[in-house]
Amino acid sequence: MLEVTSLQKSFDGFKAVNNASLSVKEGEVVAVIGPNGAGKTTLFNLITGVLKPDGGKVFFKGEDITGLPSYKVCRRGMSRSFQVVNVFPRLTVFENVQVSVLAQQKKTWNLFAPSAKLAIGETERILENVGLVDIKDATSAALSHGERKVLEIAIALGGSPEFLILDEPTAGMSPEETTRCIDLIKQLKEKLGITILFCEHDMEIVFSISDRIMVMVRGSTVIEGTCEDVRCCQEVQDAYLGGSDACLM
Amino acid sequence: MKNPLLRGKLPWVIAALIVLFLLPLFLDRFYVYLAAIILLTGLCATSLNFVLGYGGVFQFHHAVFYGIGAYGTALMIIKSGLSPWLGFVVGPVAAGIVGFVIGVICIRLSKLYFGMLQISLGSLVWAIVYRWYSFTGGDDGIHGVPLPDIISSPNGAYYFTLTVTALSMFVLYRMIRSPFGSALQGIRDNPVRSEMIGVNVKLQQLIALTIAGFFGGVAGSLFVVVDNTVFPDMMFWTLSLELIIMCLLGGWFSFLGPMVGAGIIVLLRTYVSGLTVYWAFILGIIMMLVIFFLPNGVLGYLDRFVKKKARGG
Repeated sequence: MLEVTSLQKSFDGFKAVNNASLSVKEGEVVAVIGPNGAGKTTLFNLITGVLKPDGGKVFFKGEDITGLPSYKVCRRGMSRSFQVVNVFPRLTVFENVQVSVLAQQKKTWNLFAPSAKLAIGETERILENVGLVDIKDATSAALSHGERKVLEIAIALGGSPEFLILDEPTAGMSPEETTRCIDLIKQLKEKLGITILFCEHDMEIVFSISDRIMVMVRGSTVIEGTCEDVRCCQEVQDAYLGGSDACLM
Repeated sequence: MKNPLLRGKLPWVIAALIVLFLLPLFLDRFYVYLAAIILLTGLCATSLNFVLGYGGVFQFHHAVFYGIGAYGTALMIIKSGLSPWLGFVVGPVAAGIVGFVIGVICIRLSKLYFGMLQISLGSLVWAIVYRWYSFTGGDDGIHGVPLPDIISSPNGAYYFTLTVTALSMFVLYRMIRSPFGSALQGIRDNPVRSEMIGVNVKLQQLIALTIAGFFGGVAGSLFVVVDNTVFPDMMFWTLSLELIIMCLLGGWFSFLGPMVGAGIIVLLRTYVSGLTVYWAFILGIIMMLVIFFLPNGVLGYLDRFVKKKARGG
């Protein structure tokens, strides 16, 4: 479904992403892992059109989407959540998700119909799925960090994506929130059949929900394979554990 | 956004309209004139707030569209020899077109840079109007614009202004509550995220700028009706600053905030200029007080106050 080949991006001569490759098949959950500064978020920004790559190609559903602006990428069925909470702070939880649904339904040029009567059902359904329906009238700036991270995912779901990118979905969450968030991600895969690409620092989560793992170090893909392959790969251990012999986990 | 201040608002709106409608029956000619000026200035500030408070676009030189609306209407009436009513279409449309053109040039920049470039381009328009004696009358402006009989009397002008302002405000309100408005507010809060949910941010803002320019132009053409004159100062940047202050003072996150702000500023300007020539000085002090004590404006403050009461606090 997604095919990334030797993607490159430099910032002022610093190669943030250098020769990153990745492929995700329909229905898979794929994790990108790597030390801080490995270029995971940059990679996601390149795939989703927030940044334009210096080299390499991104294919989505067989079509070349390299360098397309984000809104066009989104309209092709790809959504994402952000690592740093990136919601609409002055809107309520409901409106946060609703505006995403409206955008997906291509209604944002509609100047005269009242928003208050549109996309109610879809928005409610998403809020129920992620468990935010009780606080739907709260202004999103008033939410806790964990709730805002969930709202992040809810906004991304507003676009009815076939393909979802989650950038550290559980970062900063309490243990209970993390458990709920993992359940949510599993549900998205199983119930809604969404293909998921995510990055995460918590190895337990990575190994428990992903089908395959891609490891990035200093902007390059080190290995891409099943959890087993990655666990015992020497280079991964070098990167994470400074050359220890022990298998990860 | 659930707003306790505006809950059950329809009866209030109707009551306000009835009061405004009856105003000329018990007010002097001068006060009727003043009320009309407040209405049209409020409309102009509201159209600015459409992009400023709801769109997050730093439209620093909105008075240009006010001026173009006025000049478009006056010149059309004087020079074309066609029906004067056509002037009221040409003015706003011209303002909308200029809004679009300036928007196209400025939209690639964001925030402050947008505002600075917009001030420069707007001042350019002002300079042209100020210098082009043969066409615009230069710094003399145009006086005694002939109007259709029905709106040439003070009361006729007032009712025309009231009707057009009320209609325009209604249309702007509907737009803010529409999906277009929802997307616009999303862009204000977070442009990167808006792009990522499939909104074409720049195009959306550009259309909003065109709409704001158009309604700024409507306000300008109403000024021709009320005052019978146009002059280049209508598009001088100090007026734009006053419009921004109106939005901030009234509350730029409330729909009626700019109208309230316009009321306060116009009244103050009228009465304070009678007492002192240092109107700008007074305006500066007001601005400072607003920033320190009413960061959400008068209506924002009232809104919070009412919400607190509603919670029983």
